Amino acid sequence: MGTLLEVEDLTVWLATRNGPRKAVDGLSFRVDSGEVFGIAGESGSGKTMTAMALLGLLPHAARTTGRAVFEGRDLLSMRPRELRDVRGRSIAMVSQDPSTSLHPMLSIETQVTEHMRHHLGIGKSEARGRAVELLSTVRIPDPERALRAHPAQFSGGMRQRIAIAVALACEPRLLLADEPTTALDVTVQAGILRLLHRLRLERDLAVVVITHDLGVMSAVADRICVMYGGRTAEVGPRETVLTHPRHPYTRGLLDALPHPEGGAATLRPIPGSPPSLGAVPEGCPFHPRCAFAVDSCREERPEPALVGSDHRVACPPDPLGDTLGDTA
Amino acid sequence: MSALLEATGVAVEYHRTGAPPLRAVDLADLTLARGEILGLVGESGCGKSTLGRAVVGLQPTVAGEIRFDGRPVAPLGLRRRPADMRGLQMVFQDPYASLNPRRLVGDQVGDGYLLGGTSKAEARRRAAELLERVGLPADAVKRYPHEFSGGQRQRIAIARTLAAEPSCIIADEPISALDASAQASVANLLVELVRELDMGLVFISHDLSVVRQIADRTAVMYLGRVVEVGPTLQVWSEPAHPYTKALISAVPRADGAGVLPVELPGDVPDPSRPPGGCRFHPRCPVALPSCAQDDPPLRILRDGRSAACVLAK
Repeated sequence: MGTLLEVEDLTVWLATRNGPRKAVDGLSFRVDSGEVFGIAGESGSGKTMTAMALLGLLPHAARTTGRAVFEGRDLLSMRPRELRDVRGRSIAMVSQDPSTSLHPMLSIETQVTEHMRHHLGIGKSEARGRAVELLSTVRIPDPERALRAHPAQFSGGMRQRIAIAVALACEPRLLLADEPTTALDVTVQAGILRLLHRLRLERDLAVVVITHDLGVMSAVADRICVMYGGRTAEVGPRETVLTHPRHPYTRGLLDALPHPEGGAATLRPIPGSPPSLGAVPEGCPFHPRCAFAVDSCREERPEPALVGSDHRVACPPDPLGDTLGDTA
Repeated sequence: MSALLEATGVAVEYHRTGAPPLRAVDLADLTLARGEILGLVGESGCGKSTLGRAVVGLQPTVAGEIRFDGRPVAPLGLRRRPADMRGLQMVFQDPYASLNPRRLVGDQVGDGYLLGGTSKAEARRRAAELLERVGLPADAVKRYPHEFSGGQRQRIAIARTLAAEPSCIIADEPISALDASAQASVANLLVELVRELDMGLVFISHDLSVVRQIADRTAVMYLGRVVEVGPTLQVWSEPAHPYTKALISAVPRADGAGVLPVELPGDVPDPSRPPGGCRFHPRCPVALPSCAQDDPPLRILRDGRSAACVLAK
């Protein structure tokens, strides 16, 4: 499995009333071809901005530095024209809310075939044939009829399946899925997660799943990056990160979840709230909320360091390092 | 234990122009005792919010009876609500919409006391106490809602209902608009308040794992009906209704094992044209031929459990 996307030292500056502020701060990660890479974090951690930066869809007046090499080319230094050829063709995106990502007034056919015809230069009837295939791949019943329908005629789960079909139309190598199931019910979510899993096996598709839901992560991701304050807190294989977390923030997120066996009286929240844009603390961004913070955490920005096989953690004091295997 | 809140055979219809009325809640039953937390779960469109609004009187019903503390709950009208209904209060989902952005937090929280007949100064003093009780700084009284985060706003909304000195709170998705860490702390606050003030709480949520953690009893709704009720631990460990079972196995676990959640095939049917017989039968993995004809009522099983399924034992 080769590397498909290599992000190095990505920094995103957003324009605010008080001048530029870092939404993403020196983020590095890689996505291998055919793998599901998860980016986890609370709102404001910079996970959506990371995806937007890769696609060149940041708000006006935002700036990026760093590199994001996709199939040998740096996405961040591409001219808008070049990026337009990549976006929607080699890299596609599925967003959180299918009722806003699909156009309410256009037929499903128009929306599924539009960029197929633009990027691949194929004719109307060929595009239509492919659209029928795509809709049956994502399990839309009666695809021929669905093409003539409009988004409002489908349920939320079906709309998300259609949005996935739109994303897959040009057979991308990489799919960015930003909270793809957050707006859906658990039963519908289960179907979408199974669909993503199947697509990735059938099409050798790499998927970046962005979500705050560690349960969703656990179900689909091969590797997970936990972000906090625009930086990587911890990145590693799914099982390692979720069962042997080494960063206090990852541990806190897992502890805040309702216990799988239930019964315990109360939930254990992480004290405080995540920093807002432009108010990220000096030193380790998590130190004000961390039970293990020491003096050096207030001054030095920790960089992710290798602690195990493909497992990097940005926490030099490493307070969870001794508790190997303990995830009570 | 006499019921604090009791709803029997409640039905709510929404009238739409050019379409038959939509029965969002159809013959639903619910009981709640003092000091008890009842979790009300189900997929979107199952009628859980409508039922919640109906029991506090925000939504007129077309059938059934709702009693609070032994007295019937009348739908809210233009007239002032009778004093004995002030004990029944509601917390809404979105604290950005439920608080008035142009009024001071202290004034909004103090409203409940003013209506109870206390003086303005006294109401303000007690509002400060309440805000402290829900974990906000005392100077919050002199600030506006926009100065607070989502979790803090929901605490303000909770303080606001507490000012009416309620004995029963209906909370409709009170934590789903909040961040993960704020969710846990607001849920904990509600649990503490229920235990401390001996109130009843109906906790409406689509998040099954939170309900599992905090609710004493859980009621599961499907397409306008309550299909299963029982003590939370038992409902989770041995669900009696196939729908409950499907819901529970669809929740992904953050255990790192990489197990895909189980899919429940099919979509929720259009509530204006519910399927005949048992409403769940078209999606039910264990449906019998008779399920297409017979609509099973909510039947008492044992140990305070009931389910609306012919196969439930």
